[in-house]
Amino acid sequence: MQSEAEASMTEPRDEEQTGVQLDAVDKAYGAVAALRGVSLRVAPGEFVALVGPSGCGKSTLLELVCGLGAPDAGTVRADAAALMPQRDALLPWLSALDNAALALRVAGVRRAAARARAHEHFAAFGLEGFEGTRPGGLSGGMRQRVAFLRTLLAGRPVLCLDEPFGALDALTRLQMQRWLAEALAREPRTVLLVTHDVEEAVLLADRVVLLSPRPGRIVATFDVALPRPRERDDATVVELRERALHALGAS
Amino acid sequence: MTAALLVLALLGGWEALVRLDGVDPLILPAPTDVAEALWEDRALLAPDLWTTTYEVLLGLLAATVAGAALGAAMHLSPALRRALRPLVIGSQAVPVPVIAPLVILVLGFGLAPKVLLIALVCFFPITINLYDGLRGADPDASRLLRSLHATRWQRLRFLEAPAALPSAFTGLKVAAAVAVIGAVFAEWAGAEAGLGRALITANGQLATARAFAVTLLLFLLAIALYGACALLERRVVSWTPRTEPGGP
Repeated sequence: MQSEAEASMTEPRDEEQTGVQLDAVDKAYGAVAALRGVSLRVAPGEFVALVGPSGCGKSTLLELVCGLGAPDAGTVRADAAALMPQRDALLPWLSALDNAALALRVAGVRRAAARARAHEHFAAFGLEGFEGTRPGGLSGGMRQRVAFLRTLLAGRPVLCLDEPFGALDALTRLQMQRWLAEALAREPRTVLLVTHDVEEAVLLADRVVLLSPRPGRIVATFDVALPRPRERDDATVVELRERALHALGAS
Repeated sequence: MTAALLVLALLGGWEALVRLDGVDPLILPAPTDVAEALWEDRALLAPDLWTTTYEVLLGLLAATVAGAALGAAMHLSPALRRALRPLVIGSQAVPVPVIAPLVILVLGFGLAPKVLLIALVCFFPITINLYDGLRGADPDASRLLRSLHATRWQRLRFLEAPAALPSAFTGLKVAAAVAVIGAVFAEWAGAEAGLGRALITANGQLATARAFAVTLLLFLLAIALYGACALLERRVVSWTPRTEPGGP
C-alpha cells in the first residue's frame, strides 16, 4: 500500500479520488476480441503492473482508462489519466524542453510559463544541459525521461505507462526502472504500467496482474509487499518472478 | 559535379554534331550560337526574364495560398474532402493551352490571367502533398494529444502542421519546377512581354538561336526556383535527418 503522499508542485488536487475501476469490461476491434470480462480495481496511489504476452489487449486497457475509447460492455471509471505511449511519441521538431512542456501548452499555459515549469524538473530528471536538444540528439533513456516528464506535467492523478522501457537496452532499462521508482517516490501517483517484462513488474509495482493471450483476461494477481528500493537478485523478487512466469505458462 | 560533367559532355556532342554534320542552324543552332544570341540580345531578353520571373513568383504564391487552404480543408472536413477531391484532380486534366485564351479573353492582357494560369498548374502538387503530410502525422503522438484533451485546432497546430512540412515542401518544389510551363502557356495566349512571348517572336523571325537562348533562360529559371524552395526547406525543416547524430 502507498504510504505518505507529500504535496508537490505537479501533484494534482485530490478530491475524492476513485483511482481506476473496471467492471466486466469487453472490448473488440471488429472480429478480434481484445479484452473479455476484465475487472480491475486500482486504489488511488497504488502502482499496478499489467503483464501479459504481446497482443493481450494491455494497450487497449490503457486506452479505455485514458478515455480514448469506450468499452463494448462493462464500465470503466477512472480519475483523469495521462498516457505515456509505447514509443515515446516525442515531437521531433521540438526541443526537449518544449516536448516536456507540451501537456501544459495543450492545457492552455503560455509558452514561457510552460517552459519554466517544465524546466524546474530538468535537473531532477537528469536532463540539465539538454533543454534545447531535439529528440534526435537525445539518448533512448533521456527520451523516455522527457516523455515521462511530459506525462507527469499533465497533472493527472493517474499515469498510464505503456511499455515505457520496451525499446531500451538491458542496462539502460535497469537504470530507468530505478529512476522511475525514485521519481514516483517524489511525485506519488496512481500508476498503471503495461509491460511484458515480469521482473520489471515485480521490481516496480505494488500489485502485478497477469493477463492471458487475446482475448485478454485476468489470469492471476500477485501482491508485492516488499519495501523499496528492490533489488532484482532479492530472494523474494526472484521467487515472485518465477511464480508469475509459471502462472503465464512460461516455465 | 557529375551534373556539370554530363552537361559539358552533352554540349560538346551537340556542338560537334552541328559543326561536323553541317546541320542547318535554323533547325538546330550550335551551343556557341545560342550563347552568342543570349549575349547579343541581353538587353532585349532581360526585361522579359524579369516579367516572367515576377509572374511565376506571384503565381507560386497564389498556388501556395490556395493549395494550403484546400489541403487543410480536405484534411479537416470529410464533407469538403468528398466535395473537393474530384474537382482538384479534375483540374489537372484541363489543358492549359486550350483554356489560356479563354482566361485572357475574360481577364484581359494584364498580370491576373498569368497568375491564375500559373496557379492552376502549380496548386495541385502543393494541395496533394500537404494533404498527405497532414494525414501522415505520427498516430502515437495523435493519441497522446487526444488523451490530453487537445482541441482539433491544437492537434493541427502542435502535431499535424509541423509534421506535414517536409511533404508540403516536396509539393512546393514540384510546383516551382512546373510553374514556368504555366507562365509560357499564359504568355502564348496573349502578352506584351515575358519569355514565352519572346519565344513566339523569335520563332516568327526564324531566330532559332534566340529561341534556344530563351529556352535556356526558362530552364535556368526553373532550376533557380527549385533551388530557392530547397534552400527555404532546409532552413525551415531542420529536424530531419540532420539532427539524428547530433547532441552535445
